[in-house]
Amino acid sequence: MAGGGFLLSFRWTDALTAPLTESAAGEVSFNSYLSISPDNVITILSPNPEVGQNIKTSFPMIVAEELDADWKNVKVVQANLDTQKFNRQATAGSGAMQHSWDRLRKAGATARLMLMEAAAKRWNVSSATLTTENGFVLHKETGRKLNYGALATEAATMAVPTEVKFKAKKDYKLIGKPIHNVDNAEMITGKPLYGLDVYREGMLLAMIERPPFGTKIKSADVTAAKAMPGIVDVVIFKDKVAVLGKSTWQVTKARKLLKVEYEPDGAVESTADHDRLMKQLLDKAEVKPSRKDGDVEAVFKTAAKVITREYQAPFLSHACMEPMNFFAHVRSDGVELIGPAQLPEDTRKNVAKLLGVELEKITLEMTRMGGGFGRRQRSDYSMEAAELSSLLKAPVKVMWTREDDMRGGQYRPAMRYRFQAALDAEGNWIGYRMRGVGVNSGNSTRPDHFPAGAVPNFLVDSIDHKSPVTTSPWRAPSENFLGFAEQSFFDEIATAANRDPIEYRLAYLDKAKKSPTGAVKYDIDRMKGVIELVEEKSGWGKNKKVFQGFSAYFSHGSYIAQVAEIEMQNGNPVLLKMYAAVDCGVVVNLSGAYQQVKGGIIDGLGHALYGEVTLKDGVPDQKNFDTYRLIRMKEIPDIEVYFVDSAINPTGLGEPALPPAAAALANAFFKATGKRLYNQPFMKEEVMKGVKLG
Amino acid sequence: MANYTLQINNKNYRVDVEEDTPLLWVLRDNLGLVGTKYGCGIAQCGACTVHLNGTAVRSCVLPVSAIGTKKITTIEGLSAHGEHPVQKAWSELDVPQCGYCQAGQMMTAAAFLSKNSKPSSEQIEEAMNGNICRCGTYHRIREAVALAATKRK
Repeated sequence: MAGGGFLLSFRWTDALTAPLTESAAGEVSFNSYLSISPDNVITILSPNPEVGQNIKTSFPMIVAEELDADWKNVKVVQANLDTQKFNRQATAGSGAMQHSWDRLRKAGATARLMLMEAAAKRWNVSSATLTTENGFVLHKETGRKLNYGALATEAATMAVPTEVKFKAKKDYKLIGKPIHNVDNAEMITGKPLYGLDVYREGMLLAMIERPPFGTKIKSADVTAAKAMPGIVDVVIFKDKVAVLGKSTWQVTKARKLLKVEYEPDGAVESTADHDRLMKQLLDKAEVKPSRKDGDVEAVFKTAAKVITREYQAPFLSHACMEPMNFFAHVRSDGVELIGPAQLPEDTRKNVAKLLGVELEKITLEMTRMGGGFGRRQRSDYSMEAAELSSLLKAPVKVMWTREDDMRGGQYRPAMRYRFQAALDAEGNWIGYRMRGVGVNSGNSTRPDHFPAGAVPNFLVDSIDHKSPVTTSPWRAPSENFLGFAEQSFFDEIATAANRDPIEYRLAYLDKAKKSPTGAVKYDIDRMKGVIELVEEKSGWGKNKKVFQGFSAYFSHGSYIAQVAEIEMQNGNPVLLKMYAAVDCGVVVNLSGAYQQVKGGIIDGLGHALYGEVTLKDGVPDQKNFDTYRLIRMKEIPDIEVYFVDSAINPTGLGEPALPPAAAALANAFFKATGKRLYNQPFMKEEVMKGVKLG
Repeated sequence: MANYTLQINNKNYRVDVEEDTPLLWVLRDNLGLVGTKYGCGIAQCGACTVHLNGTAVRSCVLPVSAIGTKKITTIEGLSAHGEHPVQKAWSELDVPQCGYCQAGQMMTAAAFLSKNSKPSSEQIEEAMNGNICRCGTYHRIREAVALAATKRK
């Protein structure tokens, strides 16, 4: 398969040298996604924002599959925001595939039927006698064949069929194969693809000094900065100070000369305040439960054993490799927006509201994003660009430095969980209670998760502390930490009951199936499927020289079980290997899918080990990658990934691999050392002193 | 402001910039060579890696005044059409996810392989450890560096 990708990349290199209009001459549009030119170029628009989840390759694959197109003739183009043509142009909640699977298949399948109708008409035969293959319509009886390009103009005039039959999984030629990223050639040769690469005639570069959380400007002296060479203007707006100029470096230097003083504007919080507040919230008595089964109070009173554990997580930076940036050109006749946006429709709405401009007058071009992780669901940085362009009456690109990104940004909410389990004298799990609290976390729990249904007395609730510290979704919101906390706790319960954690989990999943308490909103068979698969692939418990930890998690419609494997080397635990078994329904792009799982695990491990943003009086202590540590190549374990062979419509894959990763590690760490990890980042834990992982 | 003649990708470029301007911003702002990326500005992430006389350096902390007559190679100059062994290996193994860090990864790899043509897995990890990939494509990067080593003539 590597050869296929190789060819593909060459094709794209060649395509770069050919002007777009030439190859697309006379192309006819079949639907929002698809057009075909008489010279047989199949252009497929990819409507969704690309952050590295590989949607720009996976979406067009689905259209091409049902079209029965030759992938070599497919040209993929990133669509701009277009609410007339598309809906849900969004990168959020691992939901794109689940939303668009049928729409994309239909786009390809209807066009294929129209091409067949056109051929039937031309050859004067019944379309039932025709087949398609690799971009051709065939009439096998007579040996006639025509490529799609030759039929396109005529086909586009055919009635659009309302009923289509989709291909069976066994007939897929593209879906499930490792198709290479359509932007590879551009990426490996350094072509401009990202928002930060946008340069326009007359464009001003802007950097912005933003206030610490919970403060406003008291006074600002901008004279020295304004006098610096290359500086066009210094603007104060909304408690921010923007320096605008012609070159990044001149703006950087001038900005250092700003003299801005701040004063409190409401609560000015520190991490110490959050620690205290979250502890109070965990202890608070009365809260409305989000799910309650049985009689929790009673069962905890009579239980033979009660286990109570707490887990805590700090704020995290999204740390996208490409810092926040956006280009805006506000003109009298309309607004041009270009840049990275996970929710472009929101961005446009927010800019429209800010400027008092009609939506229709705003265009938004989506650039490839150097990571998103939820940060780019906010439009704060794009609104800054629009506001400055409007004020300066010039095209403006706002750029955040890494320090801006880390200190003035949006964070994964800091969170705490308290779990309690009640066991009877035989080790049966009879009661479960958990509370989540967080700083601007919303509901930090997932009340219908396992052991809902399996444990008869069950209560989940959550409390949110409203804070001036801005937070936003961070890859697998809440679950990025809940997965660790919950899966670590379940391991402790199995240990307390003297049972193998996998055997114990399977037993309670069976219980939820046979005699459920309340509603069961996860698919027990899919969950068991991945657990049994990872048990088999990891050789669970067979190799006595290694220490294995297990976790299994359901999120974004998908099921993942993981096993981490630690070996003791010179008295140190070393994480050598991870196994992951995944059920995400039909795997669309095998190459991208493997990487989503591996990358998700690495992300989960790295942030659990090192990630932390702490605040002092509204100012983060971490500024850059020297103090905010990201996982590096030397620290990664080998990872084996196995997908369940499934015919279910695709479910999410951008996020689900992350939540269980840190728990698998922590549970293996317990097996190896007898010590438990409760607080992130792990490297700050007492039990990790002197430990070298990886 | 001062005038500098820079030799980049076998071409001469004249720029008039302040002498402490990091090469990164000369490439991006003045010359339109945007393949070299900004990630941290403090030589911690490797996204801005270029070659200076064949050695990998961090262009975000390299003042233009320190370059003199040394030859600069950026991702745009690694090859004309992506046929450098490192680029071929990156393409063949479908390495990039978001792709933002990959130019820096490839420049580090290319400089490393020019000095060590048959690296061990440990040597690859050591060489590449200074480049952050937030997506976590490290396995593929490691494989691609090893593959590129076999493609070099």
